[in-house]
Amino acid sequence: MESNIFRYIWRFSKRQQLVLLVVTLFSFPFLYYTLDLPKVIVNEAIGGRDFPKNLFGIELGQISYLLSLCGLFLLLVLINGGFKLWINIYRGVMGERMLRRLRFILIDRVLRFPLRQFRKISQGELIAMIISEVEPLGGYIGEAVSLPIFQGGTLLTILVFIMIQDPFLGLAAIALYPVQMVLIPKLQIRVNQLAKQRVRTARRLSDRIGEAVSGIQEIHVNDTSAFELANISRWLGRIFDIRYELYKRKYFIKFLNNFIAQLTPFFFYSLGGVLVINQKLSFGALVAVIAAYKDLSPPWKELLRHYQTAMDAKIKYEQLIDQFQVEDLLPKELQKNPPATMPVIEGDFEAAHVTVEDDSGFPTLDGVTVKIPLRGSTAVLGASDSGREDLMRLIVRLINASKGLVRLGGHNLETLHEAVIGRYTAYVDHSAYVFNGTIADNLLYGLKHHPVRSADYDDEARIAHEHFRAEARLAGNTTDDIADDWVEYSALGFADKASASAHIHDILRLVELEEDIHEFGLQARLDPNRQPATADKLLLARKKLSAVLQQPECRQLVEPFDRKKYNNNLSVGENIVMGRPLDGDTDFATICNHDHMRAVLEKNGMTRWFVETGLKVADTMVELFADLPPGHEFFDRYSFIEAADLPDFQAIIRKAESAGIDELEDEEKTRLQALTFMLIPARHRLDFVTDGIRNKLLRCRESFAADLPGSLRKIIAFYDRDHYNPAASVRDNILFGKVEHGRANAREKIGQIIRKVISDLGLHEVITELGYDQQVGVAGSRLSPVLRQKLCLARALVKQPRLLVLINPLSSLDPDTQDRMARRILERFSDQALIWVINRPALAMHFSYVLVMKDGRVVESGSPPELLKKGQLFHDMVPEQS
Amino acid sequence: MALDEAARKLSAIPLFANLEPSRLKLLAFTSDRLSFADGEEVCHQGDPADSAYFLESGAVDIVIGEGEERIKVAELHAGDLFGEMALFLHSGRSATVIAHGDLTVMKIDGDMFLKIVTENPEAALGVMKALSEKIVATSEKVAAARKG
Repeated sequence: MESNIFRYIWRFSKRQQLVLLVVTLFSFPFLYYTLDLPKVIVNEAIGGRDFPKNLFGIELGQISYLLSLCGLFLLLVLINGGFKLWINIYRGVMGERMLRRLRFILIDRVLRFPLRQFRKISQGELIAMIISEVEPLGGYIGEAVSLPIFQGGTLLTILVFIMIQDPFLGLAAIALYPVQMVLIPKLQIRVNQLAKQRVRTARRLSDRIGEAVSGIQEIHVNDTSAFELANISRWLGRIFDIRYELYKRKYFIKFLNNFIAQLTPFFFYSLGGVLVINQKLSFGALVAVIAAYKDLSPPWKELLRHYQTAMDAKIKYEQLIDQFQVEDLLPKELQKNPPATMPVIEGDFEAAHVTVEDDSGFPTLDGVTVKIPLRGSTAVLGASDSGREDLMRLIVRLINASKGLVRLGGHNLETLHEAVIGRYTAYVDHSAYVFNGTIADNLLYGLKHHPVRSADYDDEARIAHEHFRAEARLAGNTTDDIADDWVEYSALGFADKASASAHIHDILRLVELEEDIHEFGLQARLDPNRQPATADKLLLARKKLSAVLQQPECRQLVEPFDRKKYNNNLSVGENIVMGRPLDGDTDFATICNHDHMRAVLEKNGMTRWFVETGLKVADTMVELFADLPPGHEFFDRYSFIEAADLPDFQAIIRKAESAGIDELEDEEKTRLQALTFMLIPARHRLDFVTDGIRNKLLRCRESFAADLPGSLRKIIAFYDRDHYNPAASVRDNILFGKVEHGRANAREKIGQIIRKVISDLGLHEVITELGYDQQVGVAGSRLSPVLRQKLCLARALVKQPRLLVLINPLSSLDPDTQDRMARRILERFSDQALIWVINRPALAMHFSYVLVMKDGRVVESGSPPELLKKGQLFHDMVPEQS
Repeated sequence: MALDEAARKLSAIPLFANLEPSRLKLLAFTSDRLSFADGEEVCHQGDPADSAYFLESGAVDIVIGEGEERIKVAELHAGDLFGEMALFLHSGRSATVIAHGDLTVMKIDGDMFLKIVTENPEAALGVMKALSEKIVATSEKVAAARKG
């Protein structure tokens, strides 16, 4: 990495800077003529004699001469503007490219940081540096070379112009420049120091904010919000102080500059005036020089500003890259351009006199010499401070040895390409990370080494994509396309996704994740246009289920959807609509609030009933919930009305009681009606929906569907026995009805029946695959810890590693499940290599080889029966009966 | 209205005797009303307890033990409350409850039940009274058993 921003600019944008330079130089003659032409217009066209005059070989009278020159002037103005426009855009683009390159370089380095670096530098700081600190550099890089040349050139051009008018006044105009050139850098030094401090302090602030977010649970349960805020406030305060100081100094420099700039006209007016009065200087010349000086001042100011910006950028860059110059960075060639043929890895993992030290220099592995066969299973036992985990990290090169030699299957581990390790091994520990995305994204993560099949683009998208690639190349970014198919099924020996599917299901069953994903699949929505065959099969499942539900013992479990019958297990609103909103953004209330719904109620004479019933519901809610404190969990769990809205409804009830329901405002009536829409007769013990009302609501249902406006038609998917409903979940589509609220255990029973119907139709795997699209949330937060661990283990198993390294990967599971799964994994990996740190020594008896570690050393090793005989520690660990 | 009716029924239970009607209605409103067919299990001995039950209609058999060793120890009828002891003790179900004919129960969420009972001083008295009555009844049974 370039240690200095000027070197960075020169190395990566030399050509562009030169182009900019040449174009800038080209623009100067035009600039000069734009300055010169007005003089010609005034002196020769307006005040001139001896017409006709010759312009580019054409004889012109006074008026046409004047107008031609004015036309020329306009043209020059346009050309000058054009130059400026082009230069500005070119500069901006170049700056952005350089910014993009810099960010990419920094992130690329982060991906090659040694692990311990992440203990020194927090996520918050890294983000602050790469996102916000880099930002202003782009602007500077764009103008780094061209601005001083352009403004300096402009200055020079104007100066030359003034000098030609009168050398003496020209000198006067720049007389104070040397003063500024000496004074300002001196003042700037302190400003630079402050800028440095500001960068550092802002970083600390981001770090604190990051900490507060990560430790939010601790802040709540320890009531330390005041403490944390005080801490933040201190850092904000420091930034303020630095900024304040910075402002004072920056604006003082500005003041000084302005003062000096105005000092020059002072001399013009005084000395120049005296010269004019004494007739040593023509009046016209003085006016011209004063006017030219006005033009002189902006470029000079720009130059001074540029100097400050350059200093600022220099410091920012230095401070930035300082954090990314890390010792032991993984060499680039070990991460990029994987070898065409993978080396054969066979034999053993060997460590000879290996020492690994932690940050404080304490050896976590202390001269370890060990040989672990890369075939069969090895259990690693030892206390958590025995160095067992660092030994595992050493095997997959997450850490490096500070002393000694490490070999994997005959190769020096330190010189193996990451592609070899990443394909040959898999590693899971208790802190394995789940990426935000779908289950499938995570399951297949271990197969995404490089793009294997290009994404399909139509013509328009292809052009956009080619543009993306060209730009990426110009900014030194990778041109790999994230939209490509990255999943390398061939690495598993499968031709495509379909043939790999059985393998993946197999793994999911092995880690007992399949049922959970299947459940996600049941909750998922399916687009029947994209998967028509599956939708048809699900309709078949609906038919089968409906037949099963006809049997006497099941008849009371579900109330099926039937356009001719009122459904007591649906809300009043859902009964009228008999459908669901298609897109996730529209909630059901929007449909109930639609003008069309109002018209339907009005037409069927139901408006008043809705208001009256809403009033009764509100009355009941007020009675039940009014004296609960706001924020009480019952509001969330049970109430129709939020705590904050309760007083509003109390007011509405009072008004209705005193003045009558007709006196309510439209908005109040609407709010009451909304409550009625939410009523579910079978669930809420509010028997407002009588048989007569049900019939009327059925008529509403008919008229709601009959003349549905287009805007609603687009967003509602109706329940129709013969069609798949894309807005409803897979389960609801199969069920095509509502589970009876009041039937004991109906949900469980229905669950079993659905499961049977699904497996009878061979739909189990299809639905499980729908569950692959379930979003897992940031760091897998939408999954339980158990599911997260299972998913991480599944991810490692899916890529079929030749060497699997595990550190208590199942710690969240209960002991029985852990045992069950451990045996299955051992069985599956009998032909490959498995190295597993286990907490329960009894399990070690199932392994072919055992290492016992203590105080950073391997103290016993051998097969379990051997060790039982000769190994003291192992013998003591394993219970007698084993 | 169904809610009033349910609250009236609940107020007949000693434990709830001192509670305000609005609280009883809240209890009824937030509870599930479930129907069981003859022979279905309402809850099973040893299972974790997350709710109390109020028998609205029908009858249940209380049985202890499994399989051949199963013995019926009591029968409850409409208006009886059961399952609340396990909530107080945070223990598993002490017996299995089986529907004796078709029945309807009000399944009161355990958290809800404890909240209502503990948030209302009036209810605490009711709890004490109900527990005392159970102790007296048990003591009398023990005494009767000794005599017998």
